[in-house]
Amino acid sequence: MSERPIVAVVVFPGSNDDRDAAWALGALGAEPVFVWHEQEELPETTGAIILPGGFSYGDYLRCGAIASVAPAMDAVRRFAASGGPVLGICNGFQILCEARLLPGILRPNRHLEFVCRDATVLVEGAKTLFTSRCEAGQELVLPVKHGEGAWHADEGQFVRLAARGQIVLRYQADVNGSLGNVAGIVNEAGNVMGLMPHPEHAVDPLLGSADGGILLAALVDAAAEHVLAAA
Amino acid sequence: MRATVLVRPKDGILDPQGEAVRGSLEKLGFAIGSIRVGRVIDIELSAEDHTFAREEIERMCSELLANPLIESFEIRLDET
Repeated sequence: MSERPIVAVVVFPGSNDDRDAAWALGALGAEPVFVWHEQEELPETTGAIILPGGFSYGDYLRCGAIASVAPAMDAVRRFAASGGPVLGICNGFQILCEARLLPGILRPNRHLEFVCRDATVLVEGAKTLFTSRCEAGQELVLPVKHGEGAWHADEGQFVRLAARGQIVLRYQADVNGSLGNVAGIVNEAGNVMGLMPHPEHAVDPLLGSADGGILLAALVDAAAEHVLAAA
Repeated sequence: MRATVLVRPKDGILDPQGEAVRGSLEKLGFAIGSIRVGRVIDIELSAEDHTFAREEIERMCSELLANPLIESFEIRLDET
């Protein structure tokens, strides 16, 4: 077994942050492996999965909708059901919502503008697999770049998620009209997370912030643990 | 058999696309109350039985064509 845990990066037609995700994972001690959307199986010792950002299938129908039924997503579902850590970034978050692996949906930004800038998010849930290296209330500076990032759920669902601690990240100030300023959520089991900001673009201080590395390093930790547990 | 599916943003759901179109039409001088933008999907099916066709399309809608959180859909079967 490789000492570096394998993290599968699923590549859809139109994914464009897959290489940055792989670079960041490599820099943080993981072994990134690209998995094409038509592949039905993941590498045998996969420790975690990233669904990267981009514009899968040209955002046709609804962002993430067509990718959510791609063959590779059956493998993602099985992996998630077995407790494996899955992180969806931006378009990956949209795909996880459309696949109903996460609650809610990402809608067009309320102000109708594409946002592309650094945003400050607050870590609300520091006890997840993905925030194990964070403290509650910690501020992270992460780039956002999306036109459809306003997370939406019905009021009852939102209240239940908040009560169960599934709201992991909130924007410090409104970015896109997201309900409750939600920037990232986790599923009830705690092993599937989606977020609109891009941690993979923020792993080197040279690029303005290395805060994304704090989240991705936690994912690499979780991947190593999952590989050990499955062995 | 041919069918048309109309997918609309649900009542009460903010429709930024509709808002953008309304703004542009107002700039062109049209008086607009509100505009909601949805999607039209024309489908040609090999099925001949109407009941079966409707059930198939309902499944297509709930599995992919519409997201029930934010969209409603209406199925129109071509009777000819």
